[in-house]
Formats: sequence, C-alpha cells, structure tokens
Amino acid sequence: MQQKSSTSLAVGHDIPEQVRIPWSTAFMISLAGVRRRLLRSLVTMAGVVLAIAFLSYMLVTGNITAALVEANISDLNVILQSAGVDIHAADHRDTMLLLLIGLSLFTCLVGIINAMLMAVTERIKEIGTLKCLGALDSFIVKSYFIESSLQGVFGTVLGLVIGLLVALIVALYGYGRYVPAHFPVASVLMSLGKSFLMGTLLSVVASIAPAYWAAKKEPVDAMRVEE
Amino acid sequence: MSETIIRVRDVKKIYRMGAEDVYALRGITVDIKKGEYVSIMGPSGSGKSTLFNMIGGLDTPTEGDVSIEGYRLSELTPRQLAWVRCHKIGFIFQSFNLIPTMTALENVAIARIFYGLTPAQARRDAAKTLERVGLGERIHHLPSEVSGGQQQRIAIARALVNEPDIILADEPTGNLDLHTGEEIINLIGEMKANFGITVITATHDMKMLSASDSVVWINDGAIERIAKKGEIEIEIGSIDGSTLA
Ligand SMILES: Nc1ncnc2c1ncn2[C@@H]1O[C@H](COP(=O)(O)OP(=O)(O)O)[C@@H](O)[C@H]1O
Ligand SMILES: [Mg+2]
Repeated sequence: MQQKSSTSLAVGHDIPEQVRIPWSTAFMISLAGVRRRLLRSLVTMAGVVLAIAFLSYMLVTGNITAALVEANISDLNVILQSAGVDIHAADHRDTMLLLLIGLSLFTCLVGIINAMLMAVTERIKEIGTLKCLGALDSFIVKSYFIESSLQGVFGTVLGLVIGLLVALIVALYGYGRYVPAHFPVASVLMSLGKSFLMGTLLSVVASIAPAYWAAKKEPVDAMRVEE
Repeated sequence: MSETIIRVRDVKKIYRMGAEDVYALRGITVDIKKGEYVSIMGPSGSGKSTLFNMIGGLDTPTEGDVSIEGYRLSELTPRQLAWVRCHKIGFIFQSFNLIPTMTALENVAIARIFYGLTPAQARRDAAKTLERVGLGERIHHLPSEVSGGQQQRIAIARALVNEPDIILADEPTGNLDLHTGEEIINLIGEMKANFGITVITATHDMKMLSASDSVVWINDGAIERIAKKGEIEIEIGSIDGSTLA
C-alpha cells in the first residue's frame, strides 16, 4: 500500500485552482456585515462624519455669505459687517479656510485607516477562519475594501446632512429672512457635491491599505486559542 | 484494504523565538487511511495543533512533507491550497470560530459560496446541512443567540456542507461541558459512519477516545505510540484504573 502511493505520487497541477468570488457576492456579504455591526461601524465612521460635516458646513456657509454680500442690501450689509464679514474683500479668508479643510480631511484619512486597521486586528481569527474555508486573498481584499468604502460613504452622507443643517441654522439665526430670499441653491448643491466626492474618494483611498493588510493574515491564526 | 489518504513524512516544525528554538514537532511520520477516525492524544503544548496546521495546509513544515491523496501540499500554489481546504477538508475549531455577524445559515452558506455556488444555492444546501446536524429551526439566529453546543453544531454543518473527504477537529469539545462534548463527538462519529469521512481529532480527554479507530499519542513533538481500536480500551483501562464501555 505504502509502496503504491509513493510511486503514484500525483503532481501539483492536477489540482484545480480555487474560484474567485465575484464583486457582487462580496458586496452582498459585506453589506450584511456592516448593517449587523452598525454601532461599531458608526464609531469607525465618526472621523469621516465630523470631517465632512466640517467641510460641508464651511463651504455652504461660504456660499450663503457670498450670496448675501452680493445681494448688497444696506440693512444686511450692516449685519454682515457686525458679524465680521468683510463685504469688500472675501478673498483673504480663503487660505485659512483651505488650510483648515485640508487638515480636517487629512485627519479623516488617518482616522479611517486607523479604525480599519483596528477592525482587522480584532478580526484576525475571522479572516483566518475564512481562509480555512477556502477564501482567497482576493476575497479578503474585496470584502474589507467594500466594508470600509461603504462605511466611508455612509459617513460622508451623514456628515453632509449634519454640515448642511448646522450651516442653515447658523445662517438663519444670524441673517433671518435674508437667507431664504437670497439662497444660492446652485452653489450650495455644488458644495454638497464636492464634499460628497471628497468624502467618498477619501474613504475609498483610505480603504486600500487596510484591505491588503487584512488579506495578509494567515489561516493559522484561526487555530490559535487566546487566554 | 483501504488506501492511505494522508501521509505525514518526518515533519519537523521549529519556531524561532529570539535566540531560542522551540521544537514544536520533532519528526512526525504517520499514515492515515481513508475512512479512519484517528484521535491525536497528548498534553497541552505537545504539538497537536501544530500537526493539524501542517495537515490542513495552514502552515508549512520546517522539514518533511505532508501529502493528501498523493498531492504534496508544499508543491501547491496558494490557489490550489485554498481549493484543497475548501473541497477536501472540513475544519472544526475549539472555539467554534463562527463569524459573529452572520446567522447560522450564512455561516454555513459562506463555505458553499467559496465552493463556487451562487448565494441562493449555497443557502439551500446550508439549510439542508443544518437540518442534518439538528439545527433546523435556529438557522436565522446569530451565533451569540445559541448555546455553545449549538454553535459547535453550526460549525460542524459548515465543515460538512462541501462534503469533504477529511474532517480536522482540533479539540472540538474543549469549550463544552462533558455531556454536550459527548453529543458532539457522537455527531462527528455519525458523520464518519454515514459518509465515510476520514476524521482526525485532537484531544487531551480520555473519554473522547471511544469512537476512534486508532489513537496517536504524541508528547513533546514526537509520536510515543500508535494504538489500534482493540488496544485502546486496554490503554484507557490501565491509565484510568477502570474500563470504558
Ligand atoms: N506561533 C508559535 N510561535 C512559537 N511557538 C509556538 C507557536 N505555536 C506553537 N508554539 C509552541 O509549540 C509547541 C506546541 O504547541 P501546540 O501545537 O499548540 O500544542 P497543543 O496543540 O498540543 O497544545 C508549544 O511549546 C508551543 O508553545
Ligand atoms: Mg492545541
């Protein structure tokens, strides 16, 4: 018996290659995971929510003030000036604003990467188990990339809503009826679009590294028993 | 005469821990026959899990090699190795290792998805397999919502759903009480009897040996002896001072 099996030792290429899981299936699996882990996901998203809320608040407030300055109503100009708005030159504030926005976005990027790396560390055993079941590295990359991106997009939308609402409330409180009368619909929509793109892009970019890091986890880690 | 399904040849595993070398396996050679129920017996730290990792292709030996159905694991590409794990082997873990955010059904279905089926087909097969291990009604519960014994049943369904040739169970009853542990061992024994699956379990509990066709005793990374079915009861008798029925 032993003799026979050693002479008939098969060669490796007889074994098929494991099939790849399509993106659509990976998406379904990740979406279900994000939904069930919602509270945890919200914590992960907090950085994105805040950064995008800040960005959209700044942009929308800028749009509203610009529209009111442009309206050039003498009563309103007085209110604007007492609120500290320079009605003659709105330009020199922009460098400061850009710096703040850039900083908040950078924090957001680092925040997502950090939160995802923590999520991967927490789930080393889960990744190992999936590999024992036949998951390829590519599936792990896909699912963590999708998960992180989904959270980023949800966080971005949430941040947009918060930023817009706060900007509206602050503007209405400061300038009252002038706001609806001179509301710059087009430029506000443009700002929201920019913030959405920025948040999504950032989330997707920040998801790449943790996804590859997750896929590098070994299946032996599934066997390890803690304590 | 049944054929050899797993060949382990002079497998050594050395872990480098700083300046010191830890010899987890010191040259293990063993053949396991198709349809056999083998228990790997040994104290904690004796190298059982390390040996399992080698057989399951989860880790590579420092020296020696393992082949399954004549295929040397060391010669396979990562994608072929994943195929072997998915199609040939069912893993059962001490701490169940279910995905906490997936229901019982989804936990089993995911193995079937890796096999290459669509999610709908996978769910259908998963439901059938869960039925077979006695979890028909709780398929939509999360692992945290069922008992430890039931969690291990879900894990067994997951290990069986792809109809593997081999079940690798590393201390499958380690986190269960005695009675539930016996139920799980009986369930694994049934699967072996009904489907001719080769079962390899690691344990340090004597009471888990009754279902075995043979017992491999390992200590400090080396095989002490291999006992066949007839010899096991005598073995237990001489250690326990009483004979198991
Ligand atoms: N990743 C590792 N790094 C270093 N030493 C290890 C590692 N895994 C296992 N060992 C050592 O190898 C030996 C065998 O461990 P293990 O196979 O887990 O034993 P068992 O499963 O029988 O309890 C032990 O001395 C353990 O400390
Ligand atoms: Mg162990």
